[in-house]
Amino acid sequence: MTQQPRHASSPAADAATTPATTPATTPATTPATTPATTPATSTATSTATATRVAPLHHLLGIDDLDAAQVVHILDTAEQLLPIATRERNTVPTLRGKVVCNLFLEDSTRTRISFDLAAKRLSAEVLNFSAKGSSVSKGESFKDTALTLDAMGVDCVVVRSGSSGAPRQLARYLDVPIMNAGDGWHQHPTQALLDVFTMRRHLGDLAGRRVVIVGDLLHSRVARSEVQALNLVGAQVSVVAPPTLLPPEVERWGVEVVPSLDDALPDADVVYLLRVQRERMHRAFFPSTREYQRLWGMDGRRLRQLKDHAIVMHPGPMNRGVEITGEVADSDQSVITEQVTNGIAVRMACLYLLLAAPAVDEEAGR
Amino acid sequence: MTTTHPPARTGAGRLLLIGGRVLDPASGVDDHLDVAIEDGTIVAVGTDAAGVFGRSAADDGASDDPDIEVVDCTGHWIAPGFIDVHTHLREPGGEAAEDIATGSAAGAAGGYTALCAMANTSPVCDSAAIAELVWRRGREVALVDVFPVGSITKGLEGRELTEIGQLNACAAEVDFFSDDGIPLADTLVMRRALQYAKAFGAVICNHSEDPDLTAGAQMNEGAVSSVLGLAGWPHEAEEVMIARDLILAGGIGARLHVPHVTTAGAVELIRLAKERGVRVTAEATPHHLLLTDDLVADYDAVMKVNPPVRTASDVEALREALIDGTLDAVATDHAPHAPEYKDQEWEHAPCGMLGLETAFAVVHTALVATGRMTPLQAIARFTTGPASVRNVGQHGAALVAGADANLVVLDPEARWTVDAHALHSRARNSPFDGRELTGRPVHTLLRGRFTLREGVVADAAVVA
Repeated sequence: MTQQPRHASSPAADAATTPATTPATTPATTPATTPATTPATSTATSTATATRVAPLHHLLGIDDLDAAQVVHILDTAEQLLPIATRERNTVPTLRGKVVCNLFLEDSTRTRISFDLAAKRLSAEVLNFSAKGSSVSKGESFKDTALTLDAMGVDCVVVRSGSSGAPRQLARYLDVPIMNAGDGWHQHPTQALLDVFTMRRHLGDLAGRRVVIVGDLLHSRVARSEVQALNLVGAQVSVVAPPTLLPPEVERWGVEVVPSLDDALPDADVVYLLRVQRERMHRAFFPSTREYQRLWGMDGRRLRQLKDHAIVMHPGPMNRGVEITGEVADSDQSVITEQVTNGIAVRMACLYLLLAAPAVDEEAGR
Repeated sequence: MTTTHPPARTGAGRLLLIGGRVLDPASGVDDHLDVAIEDGTIVAVGTDAAGVFGRSAADDGASDDPDIEVVDCTGHWIAPGFIDVHTHLREPGGEAAEDIATGSAAGAAGGYTALCAMANTSPVCDSAAIAELVWRRGREVALVDVFPVGSITKGLEGRELTEIGQLNACAAEVDFFSDDGIPLADTLVMRRALQYAKAFGAVICNHSEDPDLTAGAQMNEGAVSSVLGLAGWPHEAEEVMIARDLILAGGIGARLHVPHVTTAGAVELIRLAKERGVRVTAEATPHHLLLTDDLVADYDAVMKVNPPVRTASDVEALREALIDGTLDAVATDHAPHAPEYKDQEWEHAPCGMLGLETAFAVVHTALVATGRMTPLQAIARFTTGPASVRNVGQHGAALVAGADANLVVLDPEARWTVDAHALHSRARNSPFDGRELTGRPVHTLLRGRFTLREGVVADAAVVA
C-alpha cells in the first residue's frame, strides 16, 4: 500500500469543493444501484484501485481489510464529502434500504453520525437501542439477532459494550454488519475517519509519524487506529502510563516510547485518547493532575510540534486532563473536522456494503 | 439419551472378556490377558481365566453355555473404569443444563465408572442432606458411582466452614471439599479449612485464582487478548494463589488438591512442592492439554472457560507434567451450560466446557497416538491418579480376583469426529465439536453390568 496521494496538503476547506464536484451531481440523478462505480471514478488512481479491490461483506474490524480496501473507502468518502457537508443534496443511492442502528451501549454521537450518513444516502433508519445485555431481558443475544433478521433489515450497524458482539452477529445474520464500536476491541469507522482526516492534511501517510497517547488498554479506537495506520504505511508510536498499555503491545506494530516530550518534535500527528477519570480508582494512575503533567497535551507541548503537525481526539474530550482548552481550540487541532469527516466515511462504508455489492453479485460474488 | 438394548444381567451373569490387552496401572500389568467376571466381581485375570468357568482358552467366539457371555476384545484395551474428580452434574438446581442421569450417561459413554460431582449446585452441597441426595441419585441411576464434593464454606460464601465432619460421616462419606469456581480469597479461612479438614483425612481443593488480579477477566491475558480487546486472566493470578495454598498446606501438613492447572509457572510450583514433600495432588483438563487462546478469535463462547485456555508453551508444560506425573490426574471439569447461555455476547456467557465423552480421546490423540505417553501411563492418569486424590472406593484398584468389575474396554484405533449434538450430555458446549480424534470406549462395566455396550449407553435405571 503506497500509491495514494492527492489532495496532499490541500486544506480541508477547498478539498471539500474541488474533487467532489463531478460525482456529487451524478448520484443525485441516477437510480439506486448504478452510482455504484460512479463516485469512485473521478481520478485515475481511484479507477486503478477500484478494479482490484475486494468487495466488503461486513465491516467488523480494520484487521479484516487490506490496504486497497482502506484506500477505496477513503476515496469513496472523498467523493461523498460534499453531501456529508451539505454542499450537495441528499442522494437516492440507498432508497428502499433499511439500516438498523442496534445500539446496545449509550452513544449519542456515533449513533447520530451513522443516522445522518444513512439518511444522506436516503436509507430508512431504524434505531434499536437497548441498554444492557440481552440476557438481562431474558433472551439470548442470538434471539435479538434473529428478531432483526425477521424484520428484514438490509444492514445492521451495531454498537456494543461487549468485545466481539459484531462478529457474533455476523455469524447469526446474512446481512452486512457494520461495527460502530465493540467493547475494547474495534471501532473501524473511527479509525477510517481519522486516517481520512490525516490524509486530507498530510497527503500520503507512508512514513508519517503518528503518536498515540493515553489509555490504549481500554481503547477500541486505539486498536483500530494502529491497524489502519499500519495498512497505510504510517509509523506509530505509543505513549501511556505503563498500566494503561495493553499486554504485548509492541506486537501491534508500534514503538513504545517512554516520554511524550521526546516523541513530539518528530510527530506529524498527535492522537490523544480519552482518559476516564474513574481509572485512577483502580490504581492505573495516581491523579488527573499527574496524568496531565506527564501525558496531557498542553500549550507548552503544542509549541514543540512541527508547524504542519495536527492534534486529534476521538471525542468526547476531557478538557484539562488529556488535552487543555488551548490545544483543543488551536489551529493545529482538527477535532471538529474529524466529526464532519465521520459522516462522509460512514456514508462510504454504507454505500460500499449496500450498493456496491449489487454489482459484485452480478459478477458472481 | 434413551437408546435401548436388552437389559444387562446384573448379578448372576458370567462374563468373559477375551483377547484384549489388559492395562492395569495399579498392578503394573500390561499384557494380553482374559478377564472373567461373575456376580459383578472379577474372578480371574490371566491367560487361562476362562478356566474358572470350566472352559478352555481355546474356546473363543460363540459360547454354547447360555450363562456365559463371551466378549471378544481383540485389538482393544481393558482398563479399570475411569474416575473423574471434577465433574459438574448440575443436579440439584441446574437441570436445564444437565442432571445426574444425563451426566452419568455421558460418563458411561466416556468410559467412566466414578464421577465426583462438584458442590456448586443450588442448593449448594454444604450439608449432609444434599450430599446424600446426590450420592443416592447416582446409585439409583446406576450408570456410574457418584461421589459428591462438599463445599469448603457454607453457600460458597468464603466465610464459615461447611460441616466437614457431618459430611464425612454421612452415607456419602465426603472427604473432598471445594468451593469450585469461587476462589477462597481469605487466607485465614483457607488456613483454617486445611487445619480442620486434616483431622478428617479430607482434602481441600481451592480454585487457583487471585480474584483481585482477574476482575472482569474474559480470557488468557496475552498477545491474543490484547488484540481481541478482552480483559485477561494473567497467569500470575493462578500462580499467586497456588503458591499461597502450597505454603499453607505445607506448613500444616494438610492435603491439598490443585484443580485444573493451566500455566507453566503453576506446574513448576507444584513440581517443587512435591519434591519438598508437600501433600499435594493436581489435575489437568483435556481442554487445557489441547486448546490454545488463539481459538477465542471468533468469540464463540463455547471456548470460554475458567481458568482460560492458555498458550502453546503452557500446553506443552502441562503435557510434560502429565507425562512425568507432576500432574496426577486428568479431570474433565465437565461443565454443561444450556445453549441460550452460551449464545450470549462473549462477555456475558458463562464459563465452562463439556468433557466427559471426549476426555480419553483427547489425551489419547495428543499424547498416546503421538508416542509421548505409553498406554499404561495414560490410563494411570484416568484411574490410579484420580484414585490417589480422594477415596473413591474400589474404583481404580487393581484388576485382580475379588475386585469389583469396574472396567472400560477401549478401541485405540477408532477414529471419530466429535458431534456435539450426538453427545449424551443435555448440553452442547463441546469445544471439540467437529474435531477428529482417535480412541474411544467400546464397553464400560460398573460392577459387571454394561453401562456402555458396543458404544451404546444403557438406560438409566431411574429416569429423572
